[in-house]
Amino acid sequence: MNLDTSPKLACPDLLRLGGEHPVLLGSRCTDCGEVYFPASEGCTRCCSTAMETFALGSFGTLWSWTIQGFQPKSPYNGGEAEADFQPYGVGYIEMPSGVKVESRLTLADPAQLKIGMPMVLVLLPYRQVPGEAPVYTYAFAPA
Amino acid sequence: MDNEVAIIGIGMHPFGRTDALSGQQQGAHAVREALKDAGIEWKDVGVAYGGSQDGGNADALSNQLGLTGLPFVNVANGCATGGSALASVIAAIQSGMAEIGVAVGFDKHPRGAFNPKPKDWGLEDWYGETGLMLTTQFFALKTRRYMFEHGITDDALVRIAQRAFRNGALTPHAWRRRELSYAEIAESMAVNLPLRKFMFCNPAEGGAALVLCSAKHARKYTANPVIVKAAVMRTRHHGSFEVFNPGLAAQQSPAPTVMASRAAFEFAGVGPQDIDVIQLQDTDSGSELIHIAENGFCEHGEQQHLLASGATDINGRLPINTDGGCLANGEPVGASGLRQVIEICTQLRGQAGQRQVPGTPRLGYTHVYGAPGVSAVTILQAG
Ligand SMILES: [Zn+2]
Repeated sequence: MNLDTSPKLACPDLLRLGGEHPVLLGSRCTDCGEVYFPASEGCTRCCSTAMETFALGSFGTLWSWTIQGFQPKSPYNGGEAEADFQPYGVGYIEMPSGVKVESRLTLADPAQLKIGMPMVLVLLPYRQVPGEAPVYTYAFAPA
Repeated sequence: MDNEVAIIGIGMHPFGRTDALSGQQQGAHAVREALKDAGIEWKDVGVAYGGSQDGGNADALSNQLGLTGLPFVNVANGCATGGSALASVIAAIQSGMAEIGVAVGFDKHPRGAFNPKPKDWGLEDWYGETGLMLTTQFFALKTRRYMFEHGITDDALVRIAQRAFRNGALTPHAWRRRELSYAEIAESMAVNLPLRKFMFCNPAEGGAALVLCSAKHARKYTANPVIVKAAVMRTRHHGSFEVFNPGLAAQQSPAPTVMASRAAFEFAGVGPQDIDVIQLQDTDSGSELIHIAENGFCEHGEQQHLLASGATDINGRLPINTDGGCLANGEPVGASGLRQVIEICTQLRGQAGQRQVPGTPRLGYTHVYGAPGVSAVTILQAG
């Protein structure tokens, strides 16, 4: 993946770039320690509003998965023609804090996806429309 | 209990597609059928609660039924709309506000999958734009994890759908009335694995209505009232695995279904082993799979054997979704929960024809579950 210039991101607030791997950002309740993704303004566990930014990391394990077998309707904006749609993987990744992050997967082959497999955060150009800069989102790939 | 409430009239507009009628017209049709069943008129009704998701306001039904001045409250609780309307009518009758009440649900959804907008759910645009905001995805992810944790295979998912369509074929008012073979289901399009095309219900249209009154007056109106032993609604706690959640908490907590079910059994003073006929939310095979255990009808993981042995069939020990459930009837969101109650009433009255549960069922159970984490349970007893 060539990212000489800073990539156009669908969700810039969720990511910290610049290191070897992108890092996912969430928040943590400073009263009870509960961790949230994406960042939350309040803690639904203890009802506190004292939240701080929390880096969830770049590595986790596959907690559940599916294959998106049909092209979603709007607001999905992958931009491909219906005939060109390729099924994509979606999963929850369990991060070291225990939080499970819902994410696109770089794989869409059921034979290659196993609950518990190690995964790493990458950027995925989910929208590639001719004449436009590609738009990236976060995704997990086998580590 | 001398404050109990009884169902004295049931009415439906068949689910499916009725291009000529609006959702409200189908709701009004259901109310008229329920009034006829109870042998009363609209002007006898003292209070009404009702709702739809996409079919407009329930109180506008008065324009068709008659402007009698009654308090008519609009309910908007997604999949729990019918359950909430029912619980509200019961409370109104118990409070002495009215002698006779009506609960009504109806809907008319656009074709195809529901099309939610991130902002309506407190989410940012990227969640929808990048292709993560789909209910079918959620059901699949939840089912996959559940099957992994409890050692369940795809066989259970196929059998749930197969039974739904088998029962639907026996149900005159069902939408999908064609039995499907095991292979047809198991080889249907991979919508969101492990869930396939014939394991999902479709949005639909229809109406369902109930007439209720105090149980001590019920026999004035009908020879076979159905007593509401419990009608409970609960919402999610922190840590529950619900739809449209980009992140799940580190520690999972019991689902709202578990809380609603426990409260209903406690309230009714009975247990899962006492129930003779069951309706469970089956927006998809995976949801029903999970709900069999969450409602206390077996331990987690036992479903595989239960389903394979036929225990959940009409002639089995735990007859589930005897009218084909959402899979065979579709899901008009506002009406769906009341359809379940109507099917149980029909079974308890012994009027279910070809799909009648044998013996004389005395106790029935209904369960709905939906976004953003609500569940409603009723326990019903032949009066
Ligand atoms: Zn907290």
